[in-house]
Amino acid sequence: MKLFKADLHIHTVLSPCGSLEMSPGNIVQAALDQQLDIIGITDHNSTRQCRQVIEAADETGLKVFTGVEITTREEVHCLAFFEHLDALDAFQQYLDEHLPKIKNDPDLFGYQVVVDKSENIVYEEDFLLITGLNKGINEIEKEVRRHGGIFIPAHIDKPKYSLTSQLGFIPADLPVDAFELSKHTPTKSFLAVYPNLINSTFIRNSDAHQPDLIGTSYTYYRMDTPCFDEFRMALQHKNGREVIAA
Amino acid sequence: MNVKEIAEKLNLKVLSGASGLSNEISFGYASDLLSDVMGHAKSGEAWITLQTHKNVMAIASLKDLAAVILVKDLQPEPDMAAQSDEEGIPVLGTSEDAFTLIGKLYELLKK
Repeated sequence: MKLFKADLHIHTVLSPCGSLEMSPGNIVQAALDQQLDIIGITDHNSTRQCRQVIEAADETGLKVFTGVEITTREEVHCLAFFEHLDALDAFQQYLDEHLPKIKNDPDLFGYQVVVDKSENIVYEEDFLLITGLNKGINEIEKEVRRHGGIFIPAHIDKPKYSLTSQLGFIPADLPVDAFELSKHTPTKSFLAVYPNLINSTFIRNSDAHQPDLIGTSYTYYRMDTPCFDEFRMALQHKNGREVIAA
Repeated sequence: MNVKEIAEKLNLKVLSGASGLSNEISFGYASDLLSDVMGHAKSGEAWITLQTHKNVMAIASLKDLAAVILVKDLQPEPDMAAQSDEEGIPVLGTSEDAFTLIGKLYELLKK
């Protein structure tokens, strides 16, 4: 068993708010520079950049968890990760089905492009990715599970786009694999406000939108290998796998 | 004015929680951020929102609100409707948007 350093909330150039520098090649290089073992690719409401990042990380030793940062109807941001690309593609269909069809204006919101490992633009997303899906958080959580995914409400301590800001408190009947906290709130002070979450797993990530922020917030996982099943066990603190509290 | 009178005057549909129709409405509060409502709504107010999650009812109950009014034909999610019935806090619905509905409600409730 060893410790793996992971930053699982990283945006790419596909997110309108993501820097144009956030190409697969630059992301992988920055992650390696920060000695990360695992990165998570989580663009707003789209998984379409994940394959290119996997390709860019090929033979570098960096593991890529493929995912998305979903905006629910309540405008709560939630991370979801899928082990297999066919599950990722199936969830992409769900995203396509439930994203409001509002045209992106790159001058206002930024470009939404998929870039390959050689920095070529291979796709441009026409519809604005930062709107909320027309599905509520509980339904979305179920859909993530239906595809075998992992569900983690993002930056739940933040005063916007978080479970606590949008829904006032953490719904007791929402099954989550972990909660993400931003770097601004120590776990202890969060638990002082939400003592009922004492048995929950908390992770931290950078939520980087530009390369120099990758790895500025991260979490260590004690696991055998950097694979999805091990990650799931670590989140559940099972079989000796664990999340090392930051 | 109670919930029933307001519902009749503004042509609102009673979507759930009919046992609370006699609740007195003191004033209104409009917000779609539940954390904001939790901090600032006052007892007896009607809450105008487009949120349909069950947490709406928990907060309505916590703040002792008289009713929730959903705008733009939005429907409460099933567990929100169930909790509204349980708590006796009516959820009312309108096809109008928040701006229009609030304008009319304000005219009825202004002191």
